Amino acid sequence: MSTTILVVMLGATALGTLALKGAGPLLLGGRPLPAKARSVVTLAGPALLAALVAISTFAGSRSLVVDERVVGVGAAAVAIRLRAPALVVVVTAAFVTAVVRAATG
Amino acid sequence: MPDPPDLPERSYRDGARAVIPLAIAVGGFGVSFGVLARAAGMGTWAPIVMSMTTFAGSAQFAAVSVLGAGGAAATAIVAALLLNARYLPLGVTVAPWLTGGLWSRLFHAHLMVDESWAVAAEGEGRWNPKVLLAAGAGIWVAWVVGTVVGVAFGDLVGDPSRFGLDAAFPALFLALLVPQLGGSARAFPSVTGGGGRSLAAALLGAGIGLALTPFTPAGVPIVAASLACLLGLLPGEREPA
Repeated sequence: MSTTILVVMLGATALGTLALKGAGPLLLGGRPLPAKARSVVTLAGPALLAALVAISTFAGSRSLVVDERVVGVGAAAVAIRLRAPALVVVVTAAFVTAVVRAATG
Repeated sequence: MPDPPDLPERSYRDGARAVIPLAIAVGGFGVSFGVLARAAGMGTWAPIVMSMTTFAGSAQFAAVSVLGAGGAAATAIVAALLLNARYLPLGVTVAPWLTGGLWSRLFHAHLMVDESWAVAAEGEGRWNPKVLLAAGAGIWVAWVVGTVVGVAFGDLVGDPSRFGLDAAFPALFLALLVPQLGGSARAFPSVTGGGGRSLAAALLGAGIGLALTPFTPAGVPIVAASLACLLGLLPGEREPA
């Protein structure tokens, strides 16, 4: 890959990403949203978080898969239910997933 | 804007502390990004510059996998930006809470990734800019250091999935989601059904995300899932202000 192409790719990806991340804060930043928009944005948290949970648990490459991650996330759900701190929840998920992966791989 | 009722104000320190377990996992994936980027022919400095400037894990992996498979640079750019399209809705959610000047808002935006956005969420549509900044900075350092390690000594480390680090992300998102589901009901007990609406938005978002995953390029499902928040336009919930 030529250096020129590499520099163009790095620049375009960085600036494009910053534009996507910054559009909301630059155009709407620091002002309260109108009431209608606020009740929509309030639900964006649960909607996007739940989608992140589902996709990072089940997504393969262009497919849905059930693998060791499900067991790990299930263990995390139990830890959350027991009111464990976030650190314990995350470590539990990683540990259980690694163990199941080692046992079945 | 509704005042947060009886919530202790979180600061930079809380953001940094909350993000530590995720920073470890992100560092692990930074290592594998460094390894893959080098193998894809990006050399040594370009992967590190990309981690510092683009700073979006899944998009960088996508770009590198396109390049590694012999794809054109333009295809790599499109794949990366498609995955990052979710930052448009994420940016809108944090925007009202970024009260600084232009550069301050841009700086917060750069440090906004899934993990820092999630940790900074306080429910009821509130986001804490200090937590966003501190958590984002922690993730940024871990991601860049991980990339450097991967480029330099990648072959010694191996695949982070071996340590189950891929399951750390859904676990964290779940831990942050659960309090938001009961949030409305707890914070505003007089508003019945508020928590039910959060739950409906969550289930719809997850359903849209999963339904589209097999059929669309990565990145599209999560953007489409954000449409679930349009449930907020339905009448019936009293304004908690």
